Amino acid sequence: MKILVAVKRVIDYNAKVRVKSDQTDVDLANIKMAINPFCEIAVEEAVRLKEAGIATEIIAVSVGPKACQEQIRSALALGADKGIQIETDHISDSLNIAKLLAKVVKSENIDLVIMGKQAIDSDNNQTGQMLAALLNCGQGTFASKLEIKDQKVLVTREIDGGLQTLSLNLPAVITTDLRLNEPRYAALPNIMKAKRKPLEVKTPQDLGVELKQHTKLLKVAEPSKRQGGTMLNSVDELIEKLKSEIQGI
Amino acid sequence: MPEYKAPLRDMDFVLNEVLKAEQHYQSLPGYEDATPDMVSAIMEEGAKFAEKVLSPLNQIGDQQGCTWADGKVTTPAGFKEAYQQFVEGGWPSLAHEVEYGGQGLPESLGLVINEMVGTANWSWSMYPGLSHGAMNTLDAHGTEEQKQTYLTKLVEGSWTGTMCLTEPHCGTDLGMLRTKAEPQADGSYKISGTKIFISAGEHDMAENIVHIVLARLPDAPAGTKGISLFIVPKHLPESLSESNGVSCGSIEHKMGIHGNATCVMNFDDATGFLIGPPNKGLNCMFTFMNTARLGTALQGLAHAEWGFQNSLVYAKDRLQMRALNGPAEPDKPADPIIVHPEVRKMLLTQKAFAEGGRAMIYYCAQLVDKVKVSDGEEKEYADGLLAFLTPIAKAFLTEVGFESANHGLQIFGGHGYIAEWGMEQNVRDSRISMLYEGTTQIQALDLLGRKVLMTQGEALKRFTKIVHKFCQAEADTQAMAKFVKPLVEINKEWGDITMQIGMKAMQNRDEVGAASVDYLMYSGYAVLGYLWALMAKEAQEKIAAGTNEEDFYRAKIKTAEFYFARILPRTRSLVATMTSGCESLMDLDAEHFVF
Ligand SMILES: Cc1cc2nc3c(=O)[nH]c(=O)nc-3n(C[C@H](O)[C@H](O)[C@H](O)COP(=O)(O)OP(=O)(O)OC[C@H]3O[C@@H](n4cnc5c(N)ncnc54)[C@H](O)[C@@H]3O)c2cc1C
Repeated sequence: MKILVAVKRVIDYNAKVRVKSDQTDVDLANIKMAINPFCEIAVEEAVRLKEAGIATEIIAVSVGPKACQEQIRSALALGADKGIQIETDHISDSLNIAKLLAKVVKSENIDLVIMGKQAIDSDNNQTGQMLAALLNCGQGTFASKLEIKDQKVLVTREIDGGLQTLSLNLPAVITTDLRLNEPRYAALPNIMKAKRKPLEVKTPQDLGVELKQHTKLLKVAEPSKRQGGTMLNSVDELIEKLKSEIQGI
Repeated sequence: MPEYKAPLRDMDFVLNEVLKAEQHYQSLPGYEDATPDMVSAIMEEGAKFAEKVLSPLNQIGDQQGCTWADGKVTTPAGFKEAYQQFVEGGWPSLAHEVEYGGQGLPESLGLVINEMVGTANWSWSMYPGLSHGAMNTLDAHGTEEQKQTYLTKLVEGSWTGTMCLTEPHCGTDLGMLRTKAEPQADGSYKISGTKIFISAGEHDMAENIVHIVLARLPDAPAGTKGISLFIVPKHLPESLSESNGVSCGSIEHKMGIHGNATCVMNFDDATGFLIGPPNKGLNCMFTFMNTARLGTALQGLAHAEWGFQNSLVYAKDRLQMRALNGPAEPDKPADPIIVHPEVRKMLLTQKAFAEGGRAMIYYCAQLVDKVKVSDGEEKEYADGLLAFLTPIAKAFLTEVGFESANHGLQIFGGHGYIAEWGMEQNVRDSRISMLYEGTTQIQALDLLGRKVLMTQGEALKRFTKIVHKFCQAEADTQAMAKFVKPLVEINKEWGDITMQIGMKAMQNRDEVGAASVDYLMYSGYAVLGYLWALMAKEAQEKIAAGTNEEDFYRAKIKTAEFYFARILPRTRSLVATMTSGCESLMDLDAEHFVF
């Protein structure tokens, strides 16, 4: 079984995000970047399937400028076998990403796609769903458990009311939730081996995809500052306040 | 809860921008793998481990400490699991030879990783740290068979190591040690004696412990020329379930580093194996003394960095009193204490020592690489320079590391004295660094007596030439004048004072001892002055070339200015005291020291 994992380069979850003064975007200068945590969970799951003898090859794909090779190397250090970077500066549009990934799934004969349910930068939560639609295959989103049985994937999903288990035919697209697994730390020898693993660079043209601008970023702003609260001395005082300040109770 | 964040940006600045690590690694045979992207990937993973696994265990380690029962030592909760993860990550293998399971990466990169591991949790870091000492011993002097048997296990991390030098009646003066080694018919030895203060001598983290023991052969000459080195495993490799006559009699209750077991080790006819030639044990240890001492110098940096990080957060948050020129934050009940000049002095002192200490250690670490893999003139040059700088790095950085840890506590006010904030732990943990691996006094004698005077000042000149060249090259750079001028003066004065002390010492050897620690501290401030000037220059050039990190580089220049205005002048009082002659110390009769 061949697995594709998608990995996105995002701002490190620990880093403080600043908005550019002209509000056109967030300021990425000198900010620590890392592999999206949900993508890391996807890589871990794929590696576990390989360790269990179910997967034969794991291909890590990232769409973006050259810098995202760092995140592909991270995935290779965790256990992916091969990397593909799709070179482009336009990465804000989920549909474009889904189209590019769909091409790779076809050309590499991928059986299973595992990707994050969302990226922690734009929190779109849609690329996996779009990809499944483009491939016309099953999707198991927000996975908290994954099992492969008789050429089918059993996915336990976290949904509002509790857990739901689906059985999907292959190929299928899985998106990961936080509880699926806890990613390992990359071991030093594997970080070194990662450097020698193959990493191909492709362009959207190579894949025959024309990138379109489906969305437009209008403005980025800081969340408004929280107002300080007031301490009251009694419940009576609270009721008084509610009556006088919030009319209509 | 106090915490640690690996200062990756600053580490990158020192390593790659100031010290040009890429050129350094590419110029040395066998280090081609250490490309910038590889180095940064390794550092990021090391940072993750230090921040997420080790840092949360630091306070637990202090509170729980190690416990001893029936010869067995239990380490604090989580220590063992963290070690397991460290081994699974392959970290012990970093700087060791590929032949024995190592990754063959440069020792200097190992020190960078050790900085993060050690700052996050010094007590924990000593377990792999002592193993590293044992590995270096085996690497340099072990036979092929010894390496295959012991080194491979240590590199893998499944066994740990120790260094057993100290005995109850001798620490500094190892010539007096008594542990005996009786030759056996099969070529092995029976080792008997008691060692004390053995770090990581017994614990529950690994299945076997390889002790490197200093002992005497029956026919050995007295003193330091009669000491040999032995491997004495806790369990012999062929019978891991049986005891080899090595036992831990007790562990010490001590001021700090509670998470690390400091053990009394009893050897009762324990089977041991000679490493290196008989009676050459101390010489053998000298071959990697510099690396070991740099490992302890790192502790100074670690506690300065840790104190700085935590007290900086506090200083921006704690509101107390108003700025002298009127409220800085009028809408708050008081200003954050970072507005007060004296608080800033303590913060900047820590920053100057932490970042400067990093530069000093990385600088020395590159010399360690050169000594290890280059040859001929280049090796000889690096070796001499390293021998000169090592006692300075060890003693100076641990002294100012302790000072910095103390400032960190002071910034917290009374809360610094309360355990919960972790600042008093930082002070207690840092205190040992000025004692083990050669006390400050011993480093000072080594520097002034052995390294400087015994070479007729050659070792010193090797360094002052570097400073001189730098000052000449920067002589016409207007923006550097404020650093270059004082540096030129110190550089000249350094030689003059050395000559002066040397002359006096020809009449009276006590003059060396009486000047030694002041001389060492003076040298430390001078070396750090050079390094801060180097960093300021790099920052100025980056700003001139245009950068989107102007704040970062400006802070470097400001810290350099602080260093030159408020730290380097400490050399004035040191000059006065170290040239004042030994009489003020020696004239009072020992009997008249009454109380
Ligand atoms: C927590 C801890 C961990 C340790 N870990 C290890 C370990 O793993 N392995 C190991 O072998 N040892 C270890 N040690 C021992 C340590 O290295 C020694 O304590 C140290 O070398 C000093 O020796 P000493 O305690 O005998 O002091 P002494 O040698 O008795 O020194 C007492 C004082 O006299 C000064 N002094 C001595 N000679 C001179 C001189 N010629 N000129 C000026 N001043 C002098 C010293 O600086 C010191 O201030 C450890 C010690 C501690 C406390």
